[in-house]
Amino acid sequence: MIRVAIFASLRESLGTGRTEIPAGPGRVSEVIAALGSQHGEQWLKTLSGEKVLVAVNQTMVNDDHAVADGDEVAFFPPVTGG
Amino acid sequence: MNRRVLVQADAFDAGAEITRLRESSAEVGGIATFLGVVRDINEDDTVSGLYLEHYPGMTESQIDDIITEAASRWQVLAATVIHRVGALAPNDEIVFVGVGSRHRGDAFDACEFIMDFLKTRAAFWKKEQTTDGSRWLTTRASDVDAASRWDA
Repeated sequence: MIRVAIFASLRESLGTGRTEIPAGPGRVSEVIAALGSQHGEQWLKTLSGEKVLVAVNQTMVNDDHAVADGDEVAFFPPVTGG
Repeated sequence: MNRRVLVQADAFDAGAEITRLRESSAEVGGIATFLGVVRDINEDDTVSGLYLEHYPGMTESQIDDIITEAASRWQVLAATVIHRVGALAPNDEIVFVGVGSRHRGDAFDACEFIMDFLKTRAAFWKKEQTTDGSRWLTTRASDVDAASRWDA
């Protein structure tokens, strides 16, 4: 199982902050593709956005980063704290 | 180094935090602090409130890393970062950064560095409520510029 966390504007546009997909996808890009087939075209489009940031197990990575069973993959927009 | 990192919904007492930094070590000769407050106006719109979201666990460890980086550049005896999340109203305190050092130069620089990186490197997202509805804020170019001046 791969746990998926989604934050802020992405969470609002997809309607959920948490989901899961079966283990299998080996890279972030494949996780995005799997979420697209599970939830539909809007997910694929939203998560493939140019400004979307990705973390695996709470460390920032890029789209070709490896993903394994049990990992947490998070998607979020650029940060605006402070 | 004494380090204190809190991400919380509750209000905090900046005065008590300064006392804590002062009492952290008899070596402390100066404390620089920044207190961020919710403004009631942004880009000409009246702001009635802010909502802040974070990534529990990741946000705290990013703040930890920012403090560690500051302490590698300047002499830091104690550092405190408190960032609020959830619903906030105009005039509420939103963020506190305090750095205690032997001398003021290190305290000022480390405090400003930590604040600049909190804006650009820590997982927080702000949503603003205005008279026209609500909107997620986007990263400001001026904040990115402020952080990148420390790159050299």
